[in-house]
Amino acid sequence: MEAILSVRNLTRVFSRKGKERFTAVKHVSFDLMPGECLGIIGESGSGKTTLINMITRLLDATEGQIILDGEEITNLSGKALRKVYASMQMVFQTPTESFDPRCRLGDGIGESLRNAGRSRADTKTEAARLLEECGLPAEFAERYPHQVSGGQCQRAAIARALAIRPKILICDEATSALDVTIQKEILELLNRLRREKGTDLSILFICHDIALVQQFCDRVLVMYHGEIVEEGTPDNVIRNPQNDYTKRLIDSIL
Amino acid sequence: MAEILRYEHVDISYNGVPAVQNVSVTLQEGEILGIVGESGSGKSTLIRAAMGLLVPNGLVTRGDIWYKGKNLPDLPEKELRRLNGPEIGMIFQSAGSSFCPIRTVGVQLYESMREHERLSKEEFRTRAADLLRKLGFTDGQYILESYPFELSGGMQQRVGIAAAMLLKPSVLLADEPTSALDVSVQKQVVEEMLLVRRSFGTAIVLVTHNIGVIGAMADRVLVMKDGRVVESGETRRVLEQPKEEYTRTLMSAVPKLRRV
Ligand SMILES: Nc1ncnc2c1ncn2[C@@H]1O[C@H](COP(=O)(O)OP(=O)(O)OP(=O)(O)O)[C@@H](O)[C@H]1O
Ligand SMILES: Nc1ncnc2c1ncn2[C@@H]1O[C@H](COP(=O)(O)OP(=O)(O)OP(=O)(O)O)[C@@H](O)[C@H]1O
Ligand SMILES: [Mg+2]
Ligand SMILES: [Mg+2]
Repeated sequence: MEAILSVRNLTRVFSRKGKERFTAVKHVSFDLMPGECLGIIGESGSGKTTLINMITRLLDATEGQIILDGEEITNLSGKALRKVYASMQMVFQTPTESFDPRCRLGDGIGESLRNAGRSRADTKTEAARLLEECGLPAEFAERYPHQVSGGQCQRAAIARALAIRPKILICDEATSALDVTIQKEILELLNRLRREKGTDLSILFICHDIALVQQFCDRVLVMYHGEIVEEGTPDNVIRNPQNDYTKRLIDSIL
Repeated sequence: MAEILRYEHVDISYNGVPAVQNVSVTLQEGEILGIVGESGSGKSTLIRAAMGLLVPNGLVTRGDIWYKGKNLPDLPEKELRRLNGPEIGMIFQSAGSSFCPIRTVGVQLYESMREHERLSKEEFRTRAADLLRKLGFTDGQYILESYPFELSGGMQQRVGIAAAMLLKPSVLLADEPTSALDVSVQKQVVEEMLLVRRSFGTAIVLVTHNIGVIGAMADRVLVMKDGRVVESGETRRVLEQPKEEYTRTLMSAVPKLRRV
């Protein structure tokens, strides 16, 4: 089986006015296989968000390659880039802030469908279906972000991410602002989607909660100072950490 | 021990819609009170009310919040502003958005300290860099010279913690102070907050979804759902022998690490 996403030697240098250049991500390489759920844990400031910002092309890579489904996308722009956006979607930490406060949730969820040329009526039906798929009543399409709780808003954010049937879902601390019962519901939702979609959906899951990563991910990468310092199944990494930082990390779990 | 903060039958609404109902709780000097509960249950609302930060559309509609003999919702804006920071400090849930994007972290921290205290730039730098080191930064000076957008989510969160702690408040209201931190940095932050309590007798209200952090820090816990307190008590008792159905559900949902 070929990787759905390959990252090779990816590096990002930030230059700051009057200061030394800073390398936030250093020569990172990994593969994400179809249907796989890959966790990324690591130090605060170790480059996790920078790494996925490069993968989603929100940020240019200084060096290295990103290969999506066999095609190199590192330097794509314009129309070609829009096709890339259709295969990768993100869910962020703060669901309420990720929706436009002036738009109803249904409009937010339907936006990518409208952009892809679907009719208004079609979009509306599909937004309702997506909401239900994510465990919310279809009527929630009419609500504004501040009229729903954090957990409901995160479900809507997942519905929005799934709208254009991405091949890769990227979650950056998507559950850390939610209470544990809602966290559990969101993970159950993601697990159900994984079962239903099989190899059609792969997940990159950035998370500070290592117990959650252990429950949910097939494999985990550990980042420290911009580099991947350890990789393996969550059980192996937790029981038998090799790297000093990973050991410190596992020992710090409360 | 003397009591320092007391909520008495507090109701809070946004645009007339109730968000907090009939909450009564007392905080002693040097005590750490944990607040856990459902997303949207009114935890942030409750602590923001003490700071007078519910405007424009939120309002304490019933009850009192007493701090050292003063009823906070009744205080004029000017007096509140004098208390906020050096007396009652707040760590915000989304630290990133509480900073000005176009000025360095150091400039902003220095200004907020200068409002309440006379100190030289040199003194400030030493104290700030020292505290940042304790919060898990190897180079505090580098952080002070950075702009907020140059910092990661967890780095911004720690700068927010430093901003509140530098003023050495008597009461620290901490809204999800460690939600964006890896567990090794989280441990450092927890230890630093415990040290502040031990050294200065700081009382802390700790709002968090992280039951591990509650277990490590809180003396007592309040469990909230739908704007109300469903259970409260000594931390071990609430976590290990919850009386209420909702608390039991919450505890059973906590992800547990399998080490063997
Ligand atoms: N625009 C920028 N300019 C300069 N430095 C930056 C910029 N964005 C990020 N950095 C630096 O790059 C490093 C990695 O940041 P990043 O946000 O990727 O970390 P992270 O692993 O996501 O951390 P966290 O877990 O705290 O979210 C940090 O040291 C940060 O200060
Ligand atoms: N500015 C506002 N205007 C209207 N309603 C609001 C406002 N802020 C909060 N609310 C509502 O008040 C209720 C309590 O919100 P609050 O932010 O206090 O919850 P919380 O317990 O802190 O939740 P979380 O765990 O998600 O942070 C929620 O139903 C929320 O939608
Ligand atoms: Mg990040
Ligand atoms: Mg809150």
